[in-house]
Amino acid sequence: MASATTIRNVATQGRAHSNAGMWEDERWFAFALLLPTGILLALFIAYPFFQGIWLSLTDTRVGVPGEFVGLKNFYKVWNDSIFRTAVWNTVWYTFVTTVFKLILGLWLAQLLNRHFKGKAWVRAFILLPFIIPTVLSTFAWKWMFDPTFSVLNWMLWNMGIITKRLNWLGEPDLAFFSVIVVNIWRGLPFYAISLLAGLQTISPELQEAAAIDGANAWQRFRHITWPLLLPVTMVVTLFSVIQTFADFQLVYVLTGGGPANATHLFATYAYQIGVGTGLLSEGAAISLAIFPILFGVVLLQLIYIRRVETR
Amino acid sequence: MIEGARWKRWVFFYAPMWFFIIILLFPFYWMIITTFRPDGELYRPWNAKNYNPFWTNNPTFEHVRLLLEETLFSTWLWNTMIISLASTAISLVCGVFAGYALSRLKFRFAGTLGTGIFVTYLVPQTLLFIPLADVIRNFHLGDTPWSLILTYPTFLIPFSTWLMMGYFKAIPKELEECARIDGATRWQAMIYIILPVAVPGILSAGIFAFTLSWNEFIYALVFLSSSEQKTIPVGVVSELVRGDVFYWGSLMAGALLGSIPVAVVYSFFVEHYVAGLTGSVKG
Repeated sequence: MASATTIRNVATQGRAHSNAGMWEDERWFAFALLLPTGILLALFIAYPFFQGIWLSLTDTRVGVPGEFVGLKNFYKVWNDSIFRTAVWNTVWYTFVTTVFKLILGLWLAQLLNRHFKGKAWVRAFILLPFIIPTVLSTFAWKWMFDPTFSVLNWMLWNMGIITKRLNWLGEPDLAFFSVIVVNIWRGLPFYAISLLAGLQTISPELQEAAAIDGANAWQRFRHITWPLLLPVTMVVTLFSVIQTFADFQLVYVLTGGGPANATHLFATYAYQIGVGTGLLSEGAAISLAIFPILFGVVLLQLIYIRRVETR
Repeated sequence: MIEGARWKRWVFFYAPMWFFIIILLFPFYWMIITTFRPDGELYRPWNAKNYNPFWTNNPTFEHVRLLLEETLFSTWLWNTMIISLASTAISLVCGVFAGYALSRLKFRFAGTLGTGIFVTYLVPQTLLFIPLADVIRNFHLGDTPWSLILTYPTFLIPFSTWLMMGYFKAIPKELEECARIDGATRWQAMIYIILPVAVPGILSAGIFAFTLSWNEFIYALVFLSSSEQKTIPVGVVSELVRGDVFYWGSLMAGALLGSIPVAVVYSFFVEHYVAGLTGSVKG
């Protein structure tokens, strides 16, 4: 390899001048191509990441340069009951929405995997919740959840399901439920379309062969579709878990963390503390607390992908 | 193929399909109907008599007028467009270069670097926005479009790189080697031989990046403060909600008009978008 490169270098240096020769070297060329990415990621991901760690160890506020205080912010955050609620909410929110998105997404993907009239249209339209700016579509939901003018209340009332209005975003448990519903609504198309792409790689002959051998629909799903779809499912789920875990927009728009701080997630609470009240260091500590869990998930994903690649 | 008895088709296919379609699309219908409904009909109690919320016989452009004339909506639209296009362009250039280097060139640490870029994809914006606001302030980029044009690529580059690596890997090595034997430099071989073949991938990455930057919220919310610098999502949130008062008609008009550009781009390139989506998942 090394000698091949040298020979090529000699050859190219023969016909180009020495400056161009440097770019003919595979390593220099690769370095040059990776440089812009490297600079941007270093400046706006790596640097703020370490800055965040430093910030969380000081007592910085907006406009007030802080001093090193050790782990004080983390102690404070740990003993903060709202933070604990936020942690619990985030975990529960991620778990519940992921389970529903996965089940409903699989179902929808199976439906879309058939041939029917208007399939292309349905597939295109179904992705809308995922591509329309989340904040904007969440406002449509907030309007649907309005305490006085809710169209959902109107529907449920006319169907005779409720007799008095539901205050969708005004009661802690119901508000959390509403947030979960909107998250499932938004994330479902992503699951459905990604899983559909996975389903389309599975040969229909396998299904037919199993059907001839007498396997029923559930058995065919359990023993053919599911195992073959598993790699795609794993990746989709892990991506979505990370996004959901770090979710901000939905809760910010729908409840702002309320009522009475009952629906905060990591991100919204970090925003409230760090930006709302200006306690930068404590806000940084809260958002950093996401990292250990996220790191675990990323590690899991990398190990899994490595395993698939080397298989 | 759909076969079997009629009722079976309904129960197992049409009913669930319609159920999904209606639930997934109803909020958009609600957005549209609210935009054109006069305030008098909008603010009618949910259990009022003879009230049909799903249709209006008195459509009005009042909310759209208020949005366009009394807010800076057109400025926000312009800002969002510029920021999305610029950050998409930066991300594409970086992603194509990096993807090319990582998938087609041999050098030490190529694998490690690829993994490193992938890992940053998994660091969400919500983890970084507080210290990043600090960094932006130190660079004197606060409250300018540059604060977003330069930071959006941090979450766009990783998936563009990843997507492009997939496309580049599928192109046979011989293609380049032929060009190089004919005397093309590495740069020429990449630009004139390999890039044209990878156009579908570039398009997918571009569409996906554009919709993601149009969608972004938390960085825009934290880094921008003056009204004329804002992007659509932030502008709509902060200027159409005044205290406890929600201007629902105009809010929905803003949501509708703010969604149309992405929806149009998306509708022209559905296949590429889906390829980008599934490609970035498959890795």
